[in-house]
Amino acid sequence: MELKEKLVSSFMAFEDNVDVNSSIHDIRTEAIKTFEAEGFPTKKLEAWKYTSLNSVLKQDYSVFPKQDNEIEFKDVKKYFIHDIDAYKIIFIDGKYASHLSQTTHDGLDVCLMSAALTKPKYKVIIDNYFNKIANKDGLSSLNTAFAYEGAYINIPKNKVVDKPIQIIHFSTGNEAAVMLQPRNLIIVNENAHVQIIERHQSLTDNPVLTNSVTEIFTNKRAIVDYYKIQNDKQTASIIDNTFINQKQESLAKVHTFSFGGKLVRNNLEFYQNGERIDSTMKGITVIGDKQHVDHNTLVHHIEPNCESHQDYKGIFDDKSTGVFNGKVIVEKLAQKTNAFQANNNILVSDKASINTKPQLEIFADDVKCSHGCTIGQLDESAMFYLRSRGIPEKEAKALLMFAFSNTVLDSVKIPEIKNRITKIIANKLGVNIGFDL
Amino acid sequence: MLKINNLHASIGDKAILKGINLEVKPGEVHAIMGPNGSGKSTLASVIAGKEDYEVTEGSILLEEEDIEELAAEERAHKGVFLSFQYPVEIPGVSVTNFMKTAINSSRKAKGLEDMPAKDMLKMIREKSELLEIDRKFLSRSLNEGFSGGEKKRNEIFQMAMLEPKLAILDETDSGLDIDALRIVSNGVNKLKSKDNAVIVITHYQRLLDYIVPDFVHVLLNGKIVKSGTKELAHELEAKGYDWIKEEVGA
Repeated sequence: MELKEKLVSSFMAFEDNVDVNSSIHDIRTEAIKTFEAEGFPTKKLEAWKYTSLNSVLKQDYSVFPKQDNEIEFKDVKKYFIHDIDAYKIIFIDGKYASHLSQTTHDGLDVCLMSAALTKPKYKVIIDNYFNKIANKDGLSSLNTAFAYEGAYINIPKNKVVDKPIQIIHFSTGNEAAVMLQPRNLIIVNENAHVQIIERHQSLTDNPVLTNSVTEIFTNKRAIVDYYKIQNDKQTASIIDNTFINQKQESLAKVHTFSFGGKLVRNNLEFYQNGERIDSTMKGITVIGDKQHVDHNTLVHHIEPNCESHQDYKGIFDDKSTGVFNGKVIVEKLAQKTNAFQANNNILVSDKASINTKPQLEIFADDVKCSHGCTIGQLDESAMFYLRSRGIPEKEAKALLMFAFSNTVLDSVKIPEIKNRITKIIANKLGVNIGFDL
Repeated sequence: MLKINNLHASIGDKAILKGINLEVKPGEVHAIMGPNGSGKSTLASVIAGKEDYEVTEGSILLEEEDIEELAAEERAHKGVFLSFQYPVEIPGVSVTNFMKTAINSSRKAKGLEDMPAKDMLKMIREKSELLEIDRKFLSRSLNEGFSGGEKKRNEIFQMAMLEPKLAILDETDSGLDIDALRIVSNGVNKLKSKDNAVIVITHYQRLLDYIVPDFVHVLLNGKIVKSGTKELAHELEAKGYDWIKEEVGA
């Protein structure tokens, strides 16, 4: 059976097993209909022109993975940013793992989507926020139809969260292949401030396909600093759909670090509903082999005096392929918008490729919008300069690549994350670097 | 120290060096002068191991060892240093981190441990004082936004840190005002010893008032056509190169 048919026919059984309030039931029913009509995206769609899901969809995924898998902290410690104190919301094969987690209801909610979707006390919030900004395309609808577990985070007004929140989804591969549909809802109320780290990690060599949806609401003057670490095994693929709704004077920053995985697609969308909003998205992609990473971003400037900043760096080796499609819409009302976009790439191998496409739709006349994309090789004169000082070729290359990606690392506010990313990049480039940047 | 025999080098199909012979002994300073396009910078790059050039004939011996097949970094490990005419800007890498990486790479190649951080800092402090370099300068990105003088001072600072056996200064005087010229020359002179050697490549005699050469060579059309002592540099300054061209029939 095709994956699509399998998912559609599993829906009834899934709904019977979860106990949610009726409004969710209606949203879900609508969503599965949308998915049934639209199915998975194909290369015929403009937004999917350079990314084919064919190779990942042909696996026979279990859509309800067995949920009796135990893993111990010591075995997965390395996937945590473990040298800092943090709240933790951890899942194994889609099921909450309390022994690895540290949640709270003390002055803020750092807990579970399943609780938010089922407990009456959350009904008003769910009615107001759930599925309100998620895209209504086939993939997001698929996730909505099966939405049950994930992180639910609600930061009350004026609360500055004292430590970062880590969300990690593990898959153990007790079955031949699994498909996961994690669903996160994050609400940051007026003047509140939170840092979040998200990671999806396969612990098996069996195929894993994750279709994740995260909705983030940043209310007036709220600050969200979000880090996505994508360093999964090359048997795992992810479609990450993240939607951010911003109110006036809020600041939302998303850093996406893509090093692992077979196929990675990031749909990252910002909607600016208020004035003086700042949306920042940055990314470093370092891949090789036959890996594929696709960044598909959207910033929707709706109101005046807002800013957006995009800075994506990519380093592609072997036969890896990259896509950057950055869409910026400036509505007629959104005067005095400042929108900046940069996508710079280095092709290390002549078999690697990148398709980069800025897409600006500007309907206001008093705006500053800039975009630039470059594709190049490493600067030969810089290589000779470094090597003439005794730095071997491999290290010289790595040094230049670090220097290249430094504008993105610079804005990482948590030093432990910066260290971790630096180490992953060094490892990826095959060097044991003695320099700190 | 350095012995170059009948060196021919080309880039693409274009022959640039057409039979260079040069011997530099420890403790000596050699100046190589010549008009634009005579091959001075090519000679410097070929000795340092730039891969763009192909050596078609001849040999380069460093302390009796043929280094022609060695990569640029291996030559650096053996004590060759090139002060670049146009130092490359490398945003995102600080001067300090660059020096640490360079020094520890050389130490690693020699089977030594990394230099302890304390020793490294001490060395950086001493050598930066020698070149009158502000400490703040060391945390800036390598050569990025440096003035011409700062770039050249930074080159000699690197030379001081790496303590090469053979230093080649390629047009180190270009872009320097008189104060920077004094600082740079003073640095080079303090680094000179009976065990190392310096090749100064320059257009003008001016630098040679500060770094006094034992020998002066005139490079013309890929060949050393005349050699002499420092008086030759004065003569070139006064009379230009045309008389030499006539003399050698070029």
